[in-house]
Amino acid sequence: MSQLVFIAFQDNENARYLVEAISEDNPQAEVQYQPAMIRIQAEKRLVITRETMEEKLNRDWDVQEMLLDVISIGGNVDEDDDHFILSWN
Amino acid sequence: MTATKKLNLKQKYQYLTRDMDWEPSYQKKSDIFPLEEFEGIKIIDWDGWEDPFRLTMDSYWKYQAEKEKKLYAIFDAFAQNNGHQNISDARYVNSLKLFLSGVSPLEYAAFQGYAKVGRQFSGAGARVACQMQAIDELRHSQTQQHAMSHYNKHFNGLHDAPLMHDRVWFLSVPKSFFDDARSAGPFEFLTAISFSFEYVLTNLLFVPFMSGAAYNGDMATVTFGFSAQSDEARHMTLGLEIIKFLLEQHEDNVPIVQQWIDKWFWRGFRLLSLVSMMMDYMLPNKVMSWKEAWEVYYEQSGGALFKDLERYGIRPPKYQDVANAAKEHISHQLWSTFYQYGQATNFHTWMPKKEELDWLAEKYPDSFNKYYRPRFEHWDELQKKNQRYYNPTLPQLCQVCQVPVLFTETDDPSSISHRDTVYKEDRYHFCSEACCEIFGNEPEKYVQAWLPVHQIYQGNCGGPELPGVLSDYYHINLGEDNLEFSGSPDEKRWNEMKGIKPSKKDDAA
Amino acid sequence: MAVKAISTYTAESKDKVENFNGMQLLYVHWLNHNMFCAPFALLVAPNMTFAELWQTYIKPAVAPHPESEKIMEDEIQWKLNGKTFEPNKGTPLLEMGIDHKSMLTMATPGLNGLYNASF
Repeated sequence: MSQLVFIAFQDNENARYLVEAISEDNPQAEVQYQPAMIRIQAEKRLVITRETMEEKLNRDWDVQEMLLDVISIGGNVDEDDDHFILSWN
Repeated sequence: MTATKKLNLKQKYQYLTRDMDWEPSYQKKSDIFPLEEFEGIKIIDWDGWEDPFRLTMDSYWKYQAEKEKKLYAIFDAFAQNNGHQNISDARYVNSLKLFLSGVSPLEYAAFQGYAKVGRQFSGAGARVACQMQAIDELRHSQTQQHAMSHYNKHFNGLHDAPLMHDRVWFLSVPKSFFDDARSAGPFEFLTAISFSFEYVLTNLLFVPFMSGAAYNGDMATVTFGFSAQSDEARHMTLGLEIIKFLLEQHEDNVPIVQQWIDKWFWRGFRLLSLVSMMMDYMLPNKVMSWKEAWEVYYEQSGGALFKDLERYGIRPPKYQDVANAAKEHISHQLWSTFYQYGQATNFHTWMPKKEELDWLAEKYPDSFNKYYRPRFEHWDELQKKNQRYYNPTLPQLCQVCQVPVLFTETDDPSSISHRDTVYKEDRYHFCSEACCEIFGNEPEKYVQAWLPVHQIYQGNCGGPELPGVLSDYYHINLGEDNLEFSGSPDEKRWNEMKGIKPSKKDDAA
Repeated sequence: MAVKAISTYTAESKDKVENFNGMQLLYVHWLNHNMFCAPFALLVAPNMTFAELWQTYIKPAVAPHPESEKIMEDEIQWKLNGKTFEPNKGTPLLEMGIDHKSMLTMATPGLNGLYNASF
């Protein structure tokens, strides 16, 4: 059985950069556009990287800023200053 | 340590949840935290508690303040632009009435629940997480009421939601769910609400509901929903961490937690049957069917989750297969029930239009045309002859979930799945094997259920005639809030609103 | 199983018969007629005869269903709390074992609901 992790964001200006960064760091991820929200799923693991986000935004970015736009997640969370990782064992 | 001595996330979290705590010296720990042991849960080392978001108070206030600013800017814009006029159809507002009286008071109950357990754990990490969640839940309850207060100016049925939550027959379903959880011990409360409800099932409440609001032009609701949901991601993570923590602490915890998961999955599933009808019947513009939502957010996500938990000796909830099979039926059965008891609801009901019946047939190819379309066409015919069907009797309620005994057997959708049992010489009735089993595990708790139908018959809800109960005890304005949507004051007002096409002169301020 | 609690846990049923002012609860379910979404919950006098129950409670409750007119009263197959039951029309309910919170189910052979869908 496949084990998908997912994250959903509000479909707003911030989300555009998050989606770009996530797609770049997780080429296997599938992006689904739904009314007012964007859902991204991937097999077993999905990572958001601070460095990639900072490149996209061209400014400093705190990983916890994603708390403003996230709607839902599925998977075990691991967060530090540089990454936000969702995974299933 | 960097030269600026700026702490990183892990260090900050360590300070907040460990280093600011202390060991009591002149009081026994068990006197300070007297509820920590009676459930049989064994905690060896609270240091194993880890909140993956590692949120500290300074960041918490910063981000929450930013969320609130965004939210209230949108509420203001919504009100100033008469946003209620942009919704798809006035029928949509009925889902808000259900939400405000059924869900928002649960947010408040959650606030009380987390504030309580946030005092009860001897681990500081758990206390901090619960206290933050308590504040979140209070925020949700408030923002939901603020968002909907605008609708209260223009539509009926939204005027007394907290009182209705305490009294109206079907609202005892959500109310008793939370009362059950809050009257349990602190670890069961967390397993019930943080894990089974927030992690496993809450996506089914908020995500389709808010997407539905977006699809029906309701920006205020979308915004409060997603703002609340951004806290939910944190709560869900907490829910999963709690379960893993309990399971890692001691093997004796495994069977206790498993029984709680079995119970609270089922309790949550029954509660969400209200959401199933909201999705399939109350949204004029449909987003996805209940069945599709269940497949994505339970079967797929829950499947991945329980596979992950296998290593601890946890299996999927006992009655999961019954719930999976029921995805074909429950929304139709619930709507049939509310339609026939539409005289006793704080929202309007109606028969789906032809296009909606076709949509349902497409989404439910194995059940809709065979079992449900004929009944809706039958009722529609009656309505055309001015004989709109209302059921004048009161229904039998399940002793545990308090939903009328309306669900059908998994292998026979034409038979009601009634169960009963005798306890201390009294007979008790249930909607399912699962609810009967929950009763059997704690009969003393559930014999105390405040079942609205029985309370009416005992004379505790005014009356004795039903209209008196509805108007005086439930505070339903008869002929305004209840009954059929077509011909309702809501519909008339909506038609006037849309017919006039106002020039927004009210917005001058 | 007992409720796990911080002290001795005792509870009283909210729905004891003495709370119903001399009356009792009775549930009635007409099999295969799901136009009525759930079994009926009725408040009845324990000394009422079965004939009275039929005439003043059950008949009006099922009246909205088109098949109700075709019910042959003597051909109804009754069950009381899951067991086959032969009601005696003139006997009070309680005397026949129809006690507080009992459930009567009625099957009506040949009448199986509308649209071949148990409606």
